[in-house]
Amino acid sequence: MTEAPRLEPHSTALPADELVELYRLMTKVRHLDTSAIAWQRQGILPGYAPMQGQEAAQVGSVRAMDTGRDFVFPTYREMGAALAAGVDMPEFMATHKATWNGGLYDATKYRFTPIQTVIAGSALHAVGWGHGQRLDAIREGRPETDLPTALIFLGDGASSQGDIHEAMNFAGIFKTPVVFFVQNNGWAISVPTEQQVAGGSVAARGAGYGIPAIKLDGNDVEAVVRGTRAAVEHARSGKGPAIVEAMTYRRGPHSTSDDPGRYRTLEDERRDAGADPIESLRDRLLADGTLDADAVTAIQAEAADFEEATRLAVQAQGPRPGAEMFEYVYQEQTEALKQQATQWREESEHV
Amino acid sequence: MSNLSATIEPTGHAAPASEDAMDTVTRTGSETLSMNKAINAALADVLAENPRALVLGEDVGQLGGVFRITDGLQKRFGAERVFDTPLAESGILGMSVGLAMAGYHPIPEVQFDGFTYPAINQIVTQMARMNFRTRGALPMPITLRIPSFGGIQSPELHSESLEYIFAHVAGLKVVSPSSPHQAYHLMRHAATRPDPVVFMEPKSRYWQKDTVDFDDPGTLEGSVVVRPGRHLTLVAWGGMVARCLQVAELAAEDGIDVEVLDLRWLKPIDAAGLAASVSKTRRAVVVHEAPRSAGLGAEVAQTITEACFGTLKAPVERVTGFDVPFPSGSLEAEYLPNIDRILYGIQRVLEYQRG
Repeated sequence: MTEAPRLEPHSTALPADELVELYRLMTKVRHLDTSAIAWQRQGILPGYAPMQGQEAAQVGSVRAMDTGRDFVFPTYREMGAALAAGVDMPEFMATHKATWNGGLYDATKYRFTPIQTVIAGSALHAVGWGHGQRLDAIREGRPETDLPTALIFLGDGASSQGDIHEAMNFAGIFKTPVVFFVQNNGWAISVPTEQQVAGGSVAARGAGYGIPAIKLDGNDVEAVVRGTRAAVEHARSGKGPAIVEAMTYRRGPHSTSDDPGRYRTLEDERRDAGADPIESLRDRLLADGTLDADAVTAIQAEAADFEEATRLAVQAQGPRPGAEMFEYVYQEQTEALKQQATQWREESEHV
Repeated sequence: MSNLSATIEPTGHAAPASEDAMDTVTRTGSETLSMNKAINAALADVLAENPRALVLGEDVGQLGGVFRITDGLQKRFGAERVFDTPLAESGILGMSVGLAMAGYHPIPEVQFDGFTYPAINQIVTQMARMNFRTRGALPMPITLRIPSFGGIQSPELHSESLEYIFAHVAGLKVVSPSSPHQAYHLMRHAATRPDPVVFMEPKSRYWQKDTVDFDDPGTLEGSVVVRPGRHLTLVAWGGMVARCLQVAELAAEDGIDVEVLDLRWLKPIDAAGLAASVSKTRRAVVVHEAPRSAGLGAEVAQTITEACFGTLKAPVERVTGFDVPFPSGSLEAEYLPNIDRILYGIQRVLEYQRG
């Protein structure tokens, strides 16, 4: 048995302009996330899975990827990751609008799979996709030292699923270029991490698979970017998978139909949430003179404009034609399905 | 699991039918092959034709699979394209989904039908739905091979008829060959489709030899009439087709002319083929190994009834496994539809009087 190497954060500190860019993205994400909860209350969205508090983890981890050739495998709480990956937001929100389960965006264009409700299921997809990148290199006679890499999002709750074990074991065996990015946000709906993760750390499990891991402050965007960059460098260079465990906090409810008051108090939240990832970054950028108050105001105004434009586009989004139910089941539609589509059209559209 | 499987592996495996034949993609003429050799030949041809086709599963590499279906493929195509996985079926199917996302055509093997249960989540919630979820952006060209059905006195959970689940799952297609000829051609067809196909191999028929006509595959969609007859249609698939042909021979001795329809595709089922046969014979018995209640026989019977209600001379009869877990090997013959039970079914249909 070989011991997993330790993973150290990437040595290069982030330049000021990159930190400003991250602050802009995180501010947009916070505005949109907060608004999406309001949209649900206003009847614009049937439901939404808030991610307040996880902006640094999501934006920072995607920042470490090459979105032109890597591929991101989210769960259902990754609006921030989607925004950072450049996914069209109204098309992403289409899943929460109940327009189309999985959203309307082209997963291959944005290299970002649809949201995953059976958490942990997509970890194996990332391993398979990553293995495909190795096979591509072998087929094309390229050295396996610069591989497109998969970023898998999972949480402390998903880590309990058997598929995570299978994914980590397969990834370790096949040395696939994947980064398991664990957002340990303290809660799987109502069950706290200490009742979820035996041993207390998902990153610690890496040792058993021979997978290097790094545990970092998920509320510190620079720590997230540098830690994830180290993990991506490891995976991309053909050394196999890596694990990043970002310690963060789900500041909001599990979903818009959740009531955290049944399982935690406001005092708990204040005590456990840690630093707000956006406020602390803003304070840092103000303190070192990178930004002034006017610049912060401008960034917030830009985020508000973006939120408004997204809301209008989401509100304008009509339902999809019912014929699409039948159209997308297969690449090669069956005769039986054609007949059902015809019957549906005759009986519901009276044609 | 693999150790257990290996203990029941029948003896008598020869080398691949012909090393020369395995080197050519375009086979001509005909050859007498067992079903396992026929599937092996089809897989070799698929791998040779499509550089993005992959074979993966437990023990499929060096060993060639516990049934030797993948025998020699790793040696010929390399360990990148034909590879062993860890012993985890959800992992095998989940990895296949990801490989399909990366543009490959995985042909995973689940070693025995019952071991598909740990992978049901990946099959039903992921493989079957990804094309739908992504509006066609991420199709799932995956051909899932499952040694299926009973008849070889195997251990518990080695004799399942999983069409009782998969024929109901939107997004899947399900096919089961009944002969070496069908197995060769249906595998080549299934493994070039852009949609996920569950390929259920009747393991009791693996070692039966028959002619494979490489020049004339025949139709690859829908059902086929494997024996024409006038008095009654027996509908079956997989390992039950051969048994129904035996029954037809015996019935002929009593002057009963039985048509045997091999349904082949269990999703979608061939409504037109069923209607064509039964509108001629006006009587039907459907035979399957799975438990009766909510089994595919009910769907077949209803499909026939919708098309032929006016001309049917009797309700469609079902001769099936019972609503019990597939029993131990020593009770297998009591559970599976046997010749007598199928003959009784035929008799009930022939003697039926409208009340």
